[in-house]
Amino acid sequence: MKTNVREVGGVQIVELKGKITIGSGDVQLRETINKLVDSGKKNILVDMHDVTTIDSSGIGELVGCYTSVTNKGGKLKLLHLPPKINDVLTVTQLITVFDVYESEAEALASFKS
Amino acid sequence: MSLSSRFENIEMVQHLCSKLLEGREVPEETRHWILMAVREAVANAIKHGNQLDLTKNVHVEMDVVADTLAICIRDEGVGFDPAAVGDPLAPENRLKTSGRGIFYMRTFMDEVRFRRHPDGGMEIVLKKNLSAIEKKEGDPA
Repeated sequence: MKTNVREVGGVQIVELKGKITIGSGDVQLRETINKLVDSGKKNILVDMHDVTTIDSSGIGELVGCYTSVTNKGGKLKLLHLPPKINDVLTVTQLITVFDVYESEAEALASFKS
Repeated sequence: MSLSSRFENIEMVQHLCSKLLEGREVPEETRHWILMAVREAVANAIKHGNQLDLTKNVHVEMDVVADTLAICIRDEGVGFDPAAVGDPLAPENRLKTSGRGIFYMRTFMDEVRFRRHPDGGMEIVLKKNLSAIEKKEGDPA
């Protein structure tokens, strides 16, 4: 998996590309988010547009990142969920846990409210 | 076939399962979820069964018999009680970082059975009735 982090208006946009699966991307996701949290970044938007596959391990890491950011008083939200990842989050009812956006502008605005 | 306990082997098993489904009218969506269930079962055997021990193997058999896809995956670990795995939909488990693999297998396959194998290790059998899918897909609207 490849990651790219850019900042827009105080929000860290984490762009993920590739697979978030056991042994390939799951730990990388956690390390990327932890690094941001440890450096005091509290508003994180994870762009999933180019994520091709996620398994239960990847979902677990995503949940772990959400908890980690929330516990530090921050917010972690999701952007551009591919349909199959949306399905995976839906069957485990995690879709109700995450704030999910289709538009980057809307997602960024939500951090201000 | 027998594979070492490396996560890289998960995709090989998925690939072989995909080849087995070639030529059948299985919708791409269903194929995707079958392969995800296979991924979860092999990952479970490597991580929780064999505890990533490279001296232990994962044994895989798969076939289509009477229109039913059957995949049997066995590890060489000490086994576990599937009933002891918490329900990931329960509010107290919703934010846990693990415990969803078996749930996904059960969600995407018709039948998921666990047993302690007589030769040791835990065996997971996944089944999917392909004729029901193909028939449904081929039915006139």
